[in-house]
Amino acid sequence: MVTVAPGTAGPKTTPPVRARRSRGIRPTRGYRVFQAVNGVVLTLVVIVTLYPFVNIVARSLSDEAPIIAGKVNLVPQGFNLTAYRLVMSDPMFWTNYRNTVVYTVVATAISIVLTTCYAYVLSKHQLRGRGVLVGIAVFTMFFSGGLIPNYVLITSLGMKNSIWAVVLPNAINVFNLLVMKAFFESLPVELEEAAAVDGLSTYGTLLRIVLPLSKAIIATMLLFYAVSFWNSWFTAFLYLDQQDLLPVTVYLRNLIAGATGAQSAGGVAESDAVQAAATIQAVTIVLTTLPILAVYPFIQRFFVSGVMLGAVKG
Amino acid sequence: MTSETLRPPPATPGQAAANPAPRRRRRRSWRRSLRRDWQLYSLAVVPLLFFLVFRYLPMIGNVIAFRRFSPGGSVFGEYWVGLRYFRLFLADPTFWQVFTNTLVLGTLTLLFCFPLPIVLALLLNEVRARRLKRFVQSVSYLPHFLSIVIVAAMVMQLLSMDGSVNQLVRGLGGEGVPFLQQPGWFRAIYVSSEVWQTVGWGTILYLAALTTIDENLYEAARIDGANRWRQTWHVTLPGIRPTMVTLLILNIGTFMAVGFEKILLLYNPLTYPTADVISTYLFRLGFESSNFSYAAAIGLFEAVIGLILVLGANTISRRTVGTSLW
Repeated sequence: MVTVAPGTAGPKTTPPVRARRSRGIRPTRGYRVFQAVNGVVLTLVVIVTLYPFVNIVARSLSDEAPIIAGKVNLVPQGFNLTAYRLVMSDPMFWTNYRNTVVYTVVATAISIVLTTCYAYVLSKHQLRGRGVLVGIAVFTMFFSGGLIPNYVLITSLGMKNSIWAVVLPNAINVFNLLVMKAFFESLPVELEEAAAVDGLSTYGTLLRIVLPLSKAIIATMLLFYAVSFWNSWFTAFLYLDQQDLLPVTVYLRNLIAGATGAQSAGGVAESDAVQAAATIQAVTIVLTTLPILAVYPFIQRFFVSGVMLGAVKG
Repeated sequence: MTSETLRPPPATPGQAAANPAPRRRRRRSWRRSLRRDWQLYSLAVVPLLFFLVFRYLPMIGNVIAFRRFSPGGSVFGEYWVGLRYFRLFLADPTFWQVFTNTLVLGTLTLLFCFPLPIVLALLLNEVRARRLKRFVQSVSYLPHFLSIVIVAAMVMQLLSMDGSVNQLVRGLGGEGVPFLQQPGWFRAIYVSSEVWQTVGWGTILYLAALTTIDENLYEAARIDGANRWRQTWHVTLPGIRPTMVTLLILNIGTFMAVGFEKILLLYNPLTYPTADVISTYLFRLGFESSNFSYAAAIGLFEAVIGLILVLGANTISRRTVGTSLW
């Protein structure tokens, strides 16, 4: 059997290959020129995308003098790790880094529970009032209360300078919600019907039947939320005044805002103090970006599949 | 079932007599579905509370745009002032300047950040080598995963007096330019950083749409003598049109809220003439001058325009090309 199969398959598969070759890929000169140009353009895209990263790393590893002289591009000049030692010996940097981790974990946990529950409810087509429930969520995508009323709300709820101001106001992302809803809708109805017949409650069905089947989408959603909370800075910037509560993104923001303030005050001529900050800034950027870069190769495909699922069905 | 239909009518006879059957039936079936699906509904309670508190309460909170608000006083303001704040900002020359800036930045962003992903997706689609294509894709998605703070910090480093861009300028024989201090450069800087961060990621949906185009259409086009370019024009582009329209509508939806966070990080008083947009202006009004009511009025105006733009774009596209968000 096994030996016969390739023998019979062989002659059958060759004609299509030949046909395909004769059909389209007889590259004309114009097409070959296009391919060459295309290659150049895409190479440029890669270079332009990566350059800032390389540049930042080079600056972070350089001595200050060559940076001021404007000599650092791709390769570190006067290699040293002083700036790294300086940043890493700042206890506030680590405090804020830890805050970022805590906020990300707590916010992601809350988000995933709320999003899963609501998405599951929205995926039940026979449910009365489902349209209204969907509408309540979708409307917020296109109209929001705005900055000032939000601020007044958070302040009057007494959440200023607490972790809740960071983790609660953005707990449900409607886009993620719709992606999850689409996924739940794609699950076979029979499974849940069978579970119901076997006497499982709705909670039981969700926990024991639906969620085990949804591991992939839950992983994707976890990543979506985690990355967005990890990267967020504005809510923290707005609602947290105490330095030891800030996430690391706001630490970096204060660093660069301080530098620009000094720059605009001192005019074009930059002072040494600002320059000293240049390496520090570069190091902080590198240290903040590092976790994302480290996990990026592994999470990228989850993101892509998540976006596609949302596009196809959402 | 029978016990349901035999149940006596509700206790308020007057109401039941006024609207006889439909309302009673509706209420009863509501009761029935509540009894049947209460567990499902219970799962929706906490998320609904979230939407109510953090999304709809602020919308109601916009009443302070019509009332006098004093910090520390009532959340909904002290007394009615009608449209006073709206009249105020409509007569405010700074408002019109930031309004213009918003339109200009929004239009530029739309002009570059909407078509460029399509172009990049088409170019990627022509790449024969799988590995190469995958590599370019992975690299181009990367900036999407960075915090805006990091992007802003990178922009500042690249454009500082000793940064790479100024080295290039000097290398070409020019004078160093303090890019971030000059209003004339802000728009270019903002749009190019936006392109850098979003274009790669923006290709995903187009690449997905491209794979769904029927291969037979290309075959037919070839038989009709269409060359590569005409195949792209007559088969590929129409094939991804629904995706294009959907993304265009979504882009229009964010038109008014142009990159608030990024501008807040990149601008400074020297670049206000081109960089200051509605959202940053109201941010300063609210948090630097504590004019909460005035800022809320501007915010409400912005949000309403945004909503009108989305609804308008959606209606137009449904009428003309038959694609709409809902």
